Amino acid sequence: MQYDVQGNCLVIYITDDLDHYAVTKLRDESDRLIDREHVKHIIFDFTDVGFMDSSGIGLIMGRYKKVMFIGGKAAVTNVGETVNRIFHLSGLYRIIERFDSIPEALKEFQEKTGKENGNKL
Amino acid sequence: MKLVIESVSENESFARTVVAAYITRLDPTLEELADVKTAVSEAVTNSVIHGYCGKTGEIEVICTIQGKEITVQVTDHGVGISDIEKAMEPLYTTKPEWERSGMGFAFMEAFMDELKVTSEVGKGTTVLMKKQIGKERVE
Repeated sequence: MQYDVQGNCLVIYITDDLDHYAVTKLRDESDRLIDREHVKHIIFDFTDVGFMDSSGIGLIMGRYKKVMFIGGKAAVTNVGETVNRIFHLSGLYRIIERFDSIPEALKEFQEKTGKENGNKL
Repeated sequence: MKLVIESVSENESFARTVVAAYITRLDPTLEELADVKTAVSEAVTNSVIHGYCGKTGEIEVICTIQGKEITVQVTDHGVGISDIEKAMEPLYTTKPEWERSGMGFAFMEAFMDELKVTSEVGKGTTVLMKKQIGKERVE
């Protein structure tokens, strides 16, 4: 797993099968970063994910709930067909956006943040 | 094929990979393989998390092939389920603090053709799943 903080966005590159075992490891590290780096938006990148079960849904929902209260959002990127079917079935897309690439997700989140800051000024 | 594994999280991927390898002789599509792997992963994870609650025990995975149909049976000798109907409700989970999504049984149901759960409190749980391979293919 790899993590990258860009502004107020945390990009999580998932590099393993996303099952219960992987989730237990990912959860603590991403939560530590969310708190320490004052992360608002989270992007889960699925480029290297060939397998996912319902544990992955729990992971995404759990992180989303963490940032939801500060107006944050979560997105998934580079989702392959296998994982996409599971997202559809779970209803995840009703609350979490899917983008084709990380730059697209970053653009969306950072633009929104820019506008918000602008309003405050 | 019978596989007996210890109820540790690391074995979830081992179990689904073994079942996937076992059914390759039926020449499944990538989608069918993914379906079966997800269903097996859900069943084994349930045994690890709920059946044994983190304690060590044995999980049996029995897989048979009859014609084009595969049968996968996952058994644990853990705590058992008192209300199977409730346990199978989508989004219902007894472990929200572990961030379980409550979708395990829903996925098994969606990805396999048949799902039967039998359980006895204090004795354990058996999940029986069936799926026809090559159904969608034009011969």
